[in-house]
Amino acid sequence: MNKRKLLAGPYLVWAVGFIILPLLIVLYYGLTRADGSFTLENLTAIADPIHLKALGQSLLIALGSTVISLVIAYPLAYILSKLQSGRGGIMYMMFILPMWINFMLRVLAIQMILSNNGLLNALLTFLHLPAQHLMYSRAAILIGMTYDYLPFMILPIYNAMCKIDRDLLDAAADLGAGRIVTFRHVVLPLSLPGVISGIIMVFIPSISEFAIADILGGSKILLIGNVIEQEFSLSSNWNLGSGLSVILMIFIFISMAVMNRTDSPEEGLTI
Amino acid sequence: MNKLQLYKRKSILLLLGTAALLPALSGCGSSAEAASSSADDNTLIVFNYGDYIEQETIDLFEEETGITVKYEQYVTPEDMYTKYSSGSIDYDLICTSDYMVEKMIQAGETLPIDTSSMEYYDNLDPVYLEFSEAFDPGNQYAVPYFFGTVGICYNTAMIEDESAPESWSVLWEEQYRSSIVMENSMRDAFLVPLKWKGHSLNSTDKTELQEALDLLKDQKELVMAYLVDETRDMMIAGDAALAVIYSGDASVAMEENEDLDYTIPSEGSNLWIDCWFIPDSCRHKENAEKFIDFMNRPDIAMMNFDYVWYGTPNLAVKEELDEETQEDPTVFPPEEVLENLEVYNYLGAEMDTYYNQMWKELKSY
Repeated sequence: MNKRKLLAGPYLVWAVGFIILPLLIVLYYGLTRADGSFTLENLTAIADPIHLKALGQSLLIALGSTVISLVIAYPLAYILSKLQSGRGGIMYMMFILPMWINFMLRVLAIQMILSNNGLLNALLTFLHLPAQHLMYSRAAILIGMTYDYLPFMILPIYNAMCKIDRDLLDAAADLGAGRIVTFRHVVLPLSLPGVISGIIMVFIPSISEFAIADILGGSKILLIGNVIEQEFSLSSNWNLGSGLSVILMIFIFISMAVMNRTDSPEEGLTI
Repeated sequence: MNKLQLYKRKSILLLLGTAALLPALSGCGSSAEAASSSADDNTLIVFNYGDYIEQETIDLFEEETGITVKYEQYVTPEDMYTKYSSGSIDYDLICTSDYMVEKMIQAGETLPIDTSSMEYYDNLDPVYLEFSEAFDPGNQYAVPYFFGTVGICYNTAMIEDESAPESWSVLWEEQYRSSIVMENSMRDAFLVPLKWKGHSLNSTDKTELQEALDLLKDQKELVMAYLVDETRDMMIAGDAALAVIYSGDASVAMEENEDLDYTIPSEGSNLWIDCWFIPDSCRHKENAEKFIDFMNRPDIAMMNFDYVWYGTPNLAVKEELDEETQEDPTVFPPEEVLENLEVYNYLGAEMDTYYNQMWKELKSY
C-alpha cells in the first residue's frame, strides 16, 4: 500500500467523522419532516418574514464587523510589516495574543467594559463626559464581534504584506514612483489576496454568530443564528433548524465563491 | 448556572454527541455493554440540575446504605430530556421542573413512586403537595424537592417613592425606560402580561395570548435586556431598577446589595416546584426510593436547604429555622400571596409550537 496514502488516514477519519457525516445529518434533517418524510418546507421557511428579518440582521452585522475590521486591520498590518523584524515581532504578538484567550471570556470582558456601571463609563464620568448606554445594543454586538474577529483580519493581510519582495519596492522607487504611487500600484494589488482571505475569515463566522448577540445584545436582536439555536434547544424542531442551517450554508458558499473569483489564482489564499 | 458555563456545557455536549458517532461507525456496541453491566450493581444513577445539592449528602447516603451513586448534572430541562431520550444512560432518578415532569408523566415515561413505605414522606408540607397535584394528580409520580416563585426584584434607590410595586404594570412605565430587565425564558416572560390582565398563566385562549404578545412588543423598547442568569448580577451592580426574577436569585441579590427588595405583584404569579421522579429507564427502583426518602430526612434536607436556599417543602426543616427566615417572603411566600400563585401546566405540543412562534415574533420585533 502506498505509504503517503496511509499518512492521510487520520485526516480522513477526521474529515468523515467531523465534517462530512455531520453535514449529511444536517442535510437529512433539513430535507425531512419530523416523521421522516421528504419535504422542502424547512428550506422555504426562510421566506417567513421573521426568518428573513433575522437573516437580514445577520448579514448587516456581519458586513459591519467585516468593514470595521478591515478599516482597522489594513493600516495596522501595513505599519507592522514596515517595522524592523524585532520590534515588528513584538507588536505583531500583541495583536495576536487575544486570540489565545477563550473567545467567551473576551466577550464577557467586553461586557464588563461596556455595562452602565462599567469601566468605560467610569472613565467617561471621570473625564466629565456624558455616560454612554452601549450595552445591549447593536453597537455592542458590533464592538464585540469586531474585537473577537479582528486578529483573523490582521494575520492574513500582515502575511501577504510581509511576502512582498523588497526588490519590487526598490524598483518602484528607482523608476521614480513616490510613496503613494508605490502603494497603489505595488503594495495594494499584492496584498489583495490577504485582504480577501481576511474578509472570508471574518465574514463567515460573523454571519452565523449567536452567542455574542445573546450576551452583548441582551437577546433583543434576533439573528439567524439565534433562530437556529432556538429551533434546536427550545423548540426541539431539529428539522427546521437544519433546514435554516442549510440555507445559511448556501449563503456562505455564495460569498466564498464571490470572494474566490476576485482572488488572483496564482497567489492563492494566504492564511 | 451562568451563560458561560451553559455554553461550555453545550459545546462539550456537542463534542460528545459527535464523538458518539465514531464507535457506531466502527461497529462496536460499547454503550450497550456499559448499560447492562451497571444493571446488576448496587448503584443509583441520579440526574439533577447543576449545583443543586450539597455534595456531602450524597457521600452520607453512600456511606449509610452502601449504594454507589453516579451523580450527573444538566443545565436545562430540555437538555435533560434530550439526554434521557437518547437512552445511552439508564437514569434511575431525575430531578427536574414541574412542566417537564408533567410532560413525561403524560408520555408515560415515569414510574409510580411507593411513598407509603417512606419514613420521612410526612415531613412534606401538604400545601405544596396540593400544588403538585396540578401536574401530578394524586401525587403518584413526583416528590417535591425545592420550590420558588417569579416576581419583581427592585432597587429602592432607583424607583419612585421606594415602595414595592403592586402591579406588573410598573414594567410598562416610561420612566423606567432602559432600566427594566425581563426574563429571557418564554413562559416566564408571557406570565407577566397574562397575569397583569387577569388571565391564567396556563391560558390557551389565542386572543388572550395575542394580547399578551402585543403588550410585550410594546414593552420591548423600554426593556434594557432579556436575561436569565445575568439578571442577578445586573441588579447587584445597580445597572437596572426593575427585573423579573426567580425568588432564589432575588435572595442572593438582596444579600449582596441592601437596596434591593423582592415582591410578587398582587395580580399573582408562578409557583414552580422542582421534583424527584423515577423515569421508566430506572433499573434500581428501590435504591431510588431510598434516595428520595433520604433527601426528606430532616438533617439531610436542612443541609441541602442551607446550600441551595430555595423554598423547601420540608416542614421539619422549616420548623428548625429562625423566625426571620421562616417569615422571609422571598423564600416562603405568605398565605395571601400563595393564593394567587399558579403552577405551570404543560400545554401540549400544538400550544408549544404556538408559544415558540410568538417568542420568535417578539424577539424579531
